[in-house]
Amino acid sequence: MASTTQLPVPPAPSTGSITAAPVTRTKGPGRLRPNLLGGVGGWLWLAIIIVPIYYVVITSFKNQAGFFTSNPMLPATEPTLDNYKLVLENNFVRYFTNSLIVTLGTVLPALLVSFMAAYAIVRGKGRFLSLTNNLFLLGLAIPLHATIIPIYWMITRAHMYDTLLALILPSVAFAIPVSVLILSNFMRDVPNELFESMRLDGCSDWAMMWRLALPMTKPAVITVGIYNALHVWNGFLFPLILTQSPATRVLPLSLWTFQGEFSVNIPAILASVVLATLPLLVVYVVARRQLLSGLTAGFSK
Amino acid sequence: MTALGSANRGVRDAGPSGWLAFPALVFFLAFAVVPLIGVVFLSFTSWNGLGEIRLDGLSSWTTVLTDPVTGNALVVTAKIMLFSFIVQAPISLLLGVFTAGGQKYRAALAVLYFLPLLLSSAAVAIAFKALLDPNFGLGPGFNLPILAQDWLGNSDLVLFVVVFVIAWQFVPFHTLIYQGGVRQIPTSLYEAAEIDGAGRFRQFWNITLPQLKYTIITSSTLMVVGSLAYFDLIFVLTGGGPGYSTRLLPLHMYLTGFKANDMGAASALGVILVVIGLGLALILQRLGGKNRNASQLEGA
Repeated sequence: MASTTQLPVPPAPSTGSITAAPVTRTKGPGRLRPNLLGGVGGWLWLAIIIVPIYYVVITSFKNQAGFFTSNPMLPATEPTLDNYKLVLENNFVRYFTNSLIVTLGTVLPALLVSFMAAYAIVRGKGRFLSLTNNLFLLGLAIPLHATIIPIYWMITRAHMYDTLLALILPSVAFAIPVSVLILSNFMRDVPNELFESMRLDGCSDWAMMWRLALPMTKPAVITVGIYNALHVWNGFLFPLILTQSPATRVLPLSLWTFQGEFSVNIPAILASVVLATLPLLVVYVVARRQLLSGLTAGFSK
Repeated sequence: MTALGSANRGVRDAGPSGWLAFPALVFFLAFAVVPLIGVVFLSFTSWNGLGEIRLDGLSSWTTVLTDPVTGNALVVTAKIMLFSFIVQAPISLLLGVFTAGGQKYRAALAVLYFLPLLLSSAAVAIAFKALLDPNFGLGPGFNLPILAQDWLGNSDLVLFVVVFVIAWQFVPFHTLIYQGGVRQIPTSLYEAAEIDGAGRFRQFWNITLPQLKYTIITSSTLMVVGSLAYFDLIFVLTGGGPGYSTRLLPLHMYLTGFKANDMGAASALGVILVVIGLGLALILQRLGGKNRNASQLEGA
């Protein structure tokens, strides 16, 4: 049955809200004792995380002469925005728009079809559904990127090479296994009685899916959406093999081509890194709690 | 009562129609299963990526299996997989436990820890390429000659640099998984341990670690299987070099197919990649299953 091919994902013990958990935890006696070793390790890791980010940001404000002469770890003496101007003048808005189209064009359909499939797999019966589920679970174990050559062949044959649709279609397919897994794990926790009482009220399966299953699995839907969006927004391999022209270039690929074009202008290259990351940083600042608790909830279950 | 119950069950048993799973299935068949079959088929052909595809028997396989670069790519892949697991797993576990603590400053640190999650692999690679430059990066920045190595040009060092950058990028994600796992451990277990006078180390060893068993399995599986997909980071960071020292299997496949225009050989490498991924997942699942049984026996 399904369990024989299932990846070792822990069985969900509780449906308690993840965001509420830390609050109860802090009540534990002794949990707030200072931990010297942990503290030192924690600050050390912070340094490891921050130094590269700090370096990228300060360098992006240096002019080229400043880059070659100043201390690399000190901020620019005469900060300049020229690098950002250069990046923006090099089609940045176009690449940003492409990334946005591909991300939304992938995440929304992937969510819809995965949610419907997870609902059918959890609530439905029969060989067809269990086979489908096993196929998706198998998809988790296979490094799907190994199939880029046939995908390239299919896309060129379908005359979709160098279009945004060429990026969207395989990305949707690749997002399905993990999405179905997370969504169906959550869906199994929805009490059966709720479905049965709605059934007695004469609700159809279709209506129950939207009016009961969807609201009850909202955290999982958000998790899956965020996880897929991060992957697609930052994806590099499909754009590399399936697109070519600036008209279809997405942000991660634009960093790479920019690096090729302006190889000596390191400050400008790093400004492009900052600009490409900025949209996600804004999302992170605005919706950090949602984002982190969503990811935690999805993978710690 | 029972009669009514079973009647209800009869209605419910129909369940939603399997057609609901159909759209997902079609997508997955068309862009994952068909390519999977296609990669096996193409490995028995010769194709330069543009012209026509010709059946070519085992010649691609002969090329791939006799090419020493393939063996080297396998070794590099295994090394990167092993080293990045050894580095990432303990750091992620400890940071996960650390950030799950209630202290305010830990929550603040956690906000910053997760910043690398926002960067694309291409961005991370470009940032580190600049940072690791011996003339304009870390070394002169901190005025420490030992940091001014030719990190990416020295074939003895480059593998460890790659493992470090991979850890920098992926530890935040696994920290998040562990943080969530720790927060699901019932506080009562720690309270009981506290009453029994167990110190912090014993609490970690006897409560935290066993309770995180499934989280450890999940995170390790994602780590190991995921390391077969470290393509983009290494592609931009080193391009597989210097020489062949960081040319791991997915990168070797890409370069064989799209740079050397030998799609047949690249497909054979793709098949090898699939087999390795599947094998690893099965082994890890077996390990996880064994642990599960063992713990049940202990509990009995």
